Amino acid sequence: MNGIHDLGGMHGLGPINPPASEPVFREPWEGRAFAMFAGTFVFCGYTVDEFRHEIEKMDPAHYLEAPYYAHWLEAFKACLIKYGHITSDELDARIKLIASGGQ
Amino acid sequence: MSRPHAGPPESDPAILTRAIESLLTEKGLIDPKALDAMVDTYENKIGPRNGAKVVARAWVDPGYKARLLADATAAIKELGFSGLQGEDMVVVENTADVHNVLVCTLCSCYPWPTLGLPPNWYKAAPYRARVVADPRGVLKEFGLEVPETTEIRTWDTTAELRYLVLPQRPAGTENLSEEQLADLVTRDSMIGVGLAKAARGETRA
Repeated sequence: MNGIHDLGGMHGLGPINPPASEPVFREPWEGRAFAMFAGTFVFCGYTVDEFRHEIEKMDPAHYLEAPYYAHWLEAFKACLIKYGHITSDELDARIKLIASGGQ
Repeated sequence: MSRPHAGPPESDPAILTRAIESLLTEKGLIDPKALDAMVDTYENKIGPRNGAKVVARAWVDPGYKARLLADATAAIKELGFSGLQGEDMVVVENTADVHNVLVCTLCSCYPWPTLGLPPNWYKAAPYRARVVADPRGVLKEFGLEVPETTEIRTWDTTAELRYLVLPQRPAGTENLSEEQLADLVTRDSMIGVGLAKAARGETRA
C-alpha cells in the first residue's frame, strides 16, 4: 500500500532536531504501550504484518502528528476489536470514565 | 494502574493506553507485572552497550570481525545477544571510502538486541523522508561532515532484516583494552549518524 507511511524521499517535513539524549520512554504511557505489544501478541491472534497494516491505514495527518507509540495504540485498538477481545463500546466507555477521573 | 488525582490532565494517548490496559487486565488477558518487566528490560537491560561490545570485539579480534561480516546473526549471538527484532542481522563496515547509515523509511525497524529501542528521531518523519534523498545533508544535522571522497550508503531496514554499522576504530587506541574501546562506541556511531568517540587525550578528527 502506497500510503503516508512510505516516507522515503518526501520533502517538506522539517528538521530532525535530534536531542543530545532522551529517555527510552518519554512518558510512562509510552512504556505501557510498548509492553502491550508483547502482551497482546500472545493471545490476540494478529500477525506483525497485520499490526503494521493497521498503522498504515491511519489518517495521514494523525499519522504524522501523533507520537510514535500512538501508532501502536491505533493498531492495538483495531486488532483487539477485530478479534473480538474488546468492543468499541466498552473501550469508549472506559476512555470516558478515565478522562472524567473515574478510574 | 493508579495515578495521583492532582497534576495536569492526561494526554489522549495516555488515557487510551490506560483504557486498553485496564480492560485487558480485567479480562485476565494481560498481566500488568509482565508489562512492568518488559518496560524494565528495555529501559535498563537491552541497549546500545550490547552493540558496543560487538564492535569492540570486532576491533580487537580479526577472526571475530571476519565472522561478524560473514554471518552477523551468528557472530552477535556468540556474545549472547539475539532474539526479538534481531533474528536476521547484517553488519556493514565503515572504512575511509564508505560510510554506512541506517534507516527504516516505512516505520521503525531497528536491531533491538544490539541497540535497544530506537530513538524518537529515527521513527519520526523528517529523518525517514530525508536520509535516503540527502544523506550528506542529514548527517550534517547530526554534526557529522563526511568527506566528499567518501561514498555514503544508506541501508533501508525491513521487518525481517536488521543492520548494524561497524564504525571505524578511532586513531590512537592501540593500547586500549576491549572494555575501554567499547566505551568509545556510541549508539549513533552504530546507526551511522555519528563516529566512535576519540580516545581520551586525542582530538576528534
